[in-house]
Amino acid sequence: MKLKLHVWRQKGPNAPGKLETYEANHVSPDQSFLEMLDEVNEVLVKEGKDPIAFDHDCREGICGMCSQIINGMAHGGQDRTTVCQLHMRSFKDGDEIFIEPWKAKAFPIIKDLAVDRGNYDRIIQAGGYTSCHTGGVADGNALLIGKEIADYSMDAAECIGCGACAASCPNSSAMLFASNKVAQLAVLPQGQVEAKRRVVAMLDEATACGFGNCTNHYECQAACPKGINVKFIAKLNREYLKALLP
Amino acid sequence: MQLTQSSVGRKIIMAVTGAMLFAFVCVHLLGNSSLFFGSAALNAYAQKLHSLGPVVWIFRLVMLGLFTVHIIFGIQLTLENKAATPDKNVQIKRLKTGFAAETMVVSGLVLLAFVVYHLLHFTVRVTNPEIYVPIEGGHGMVDVFVMVTHGFQQILPVLLYVIGMGFLFLHVSHGFQSLFQTVGLSNDRTLPVMGNFSKLVGLVLLVGYVSIPLLIIFGIVR
Repeated sequence: MKLKLHVWRQKGPNAPGKLETYEANHVSPDQSFLEMLDEVNEVLVKEGKDPIAFDHDCREGICGMCSQIINGMAHGGQDRTTVCQLHMRSFKDGDEIFIEPWKAKAFPIIKDLAVDRGNYDRIIQAGGYTSCHTGGVADGNALLIGKEIADYSMDAAECIGCGACAASCPNSSAMLFASNKVAQLAVLPQGQVEAKRRVVAMLDEATACGFGNCTNHYECQAACPKGINVKFIAKLNREYLKALLP
Repeated sequence: MQLTQSSVGRKIIMAVTGAMLFAFVCVHLLGNSSLFFGSAALNAYAQKLHSLGPVVWIFRLVMLGLFTVHIIFGIQLTLENKAATPDKNVQIKRLKTGFAAETMVVSGLVLLAFVVYHLLHFTVRVTNPEIYVPIEGGHGMVDVFVMVTHGFQQILPVLLYVIGMGFLFLHVSHGFQSLFQTVGLSNDRTLPVMGNFSKLVGLVLLVGYVSIPLLIIFGIVR
């Protein structure tokens, strides 16, 4: 296949950026999107040009490093798919593809398509943990967790922290990200001890990082490569109301 | 204070004030629909309201307070959300959200303008003073049925009311389902259906409200 790529190029955090056009002339439908970009970069390097910088790591859809807005949609808009698991068979010969980075005040661009997602770490550092002293390893089945609660908690814990939720949100809100961790821990006995402090601290940190406010667009759920449900945001809101009570 | 400063706290304030304004909009429509039972019914309803005396003013002040809080926080949150995305992507394709959700601040401000016009039209009596005639034996009370039926004889007020209610539909069609999510009352089962149910609620209000000026200008209610 032959493709025309419009790629966001930006030399550094404060440099002006713009879309530049590249031709990809030998694209196999079996390639992943990142392998296609690798080949484009090989050509650029051979020509003595600066290759396109983009984040990637496991290329198995589980690490949350890849982060691109493809044709206006985070991770390309395919249901429950990261960029690395998006394959070129999803495109047609002659397609024009727009490739841009996450754009949010809280995700500053490092270079080209690579952004700094340290602010997600800061939200986790503010409260996305438990600090109970548990002693030695507990006996098996000493602390029983119902199957429904375990499933609920695991569904929330599926988040890979890629940033697609805030990047696809019209308000650049990190509410789905914060809600995953709040919900995951709030239903477990280990997490309930610090539940009140956690929800307030994580929300305050998200605001301090420059993320916007949630207005229930639900774009985050549609963009999430793990399909995390906005019911966790409702859970976060309930946890917040509980935290306001004495 | 946490509630008035935090992201979710202000969102909850928006939901609660919005729910109260929504309740008012529903009760107001029910009251107005006494028009369809004729002149005596509407005037009796209006006289009943006026007989409440100071309660009317307390109610008006509460409404003013709700509007003020809802508008101020709405604008503040919108400005913060705009600031959180200073540079937008060149290509943006939304997968889930829609026009109504993305234009809440616009529909809200248009509704504010509409409420001001509506008060000037029927409460402060500035725009069309000719529609006010005293009711027989009403101790100086205005004939509300005549006020409404004469008030909707011209095309301009009817048009403004229809446009205003169109924006009410937009605002409610996102806001209604949004308030349940915000106060934490949504789950797996409600979320997939609430979007459409919310549009239906907005549609009922739209049809209910625009039926009054339209039935009057087309001469069906007279």
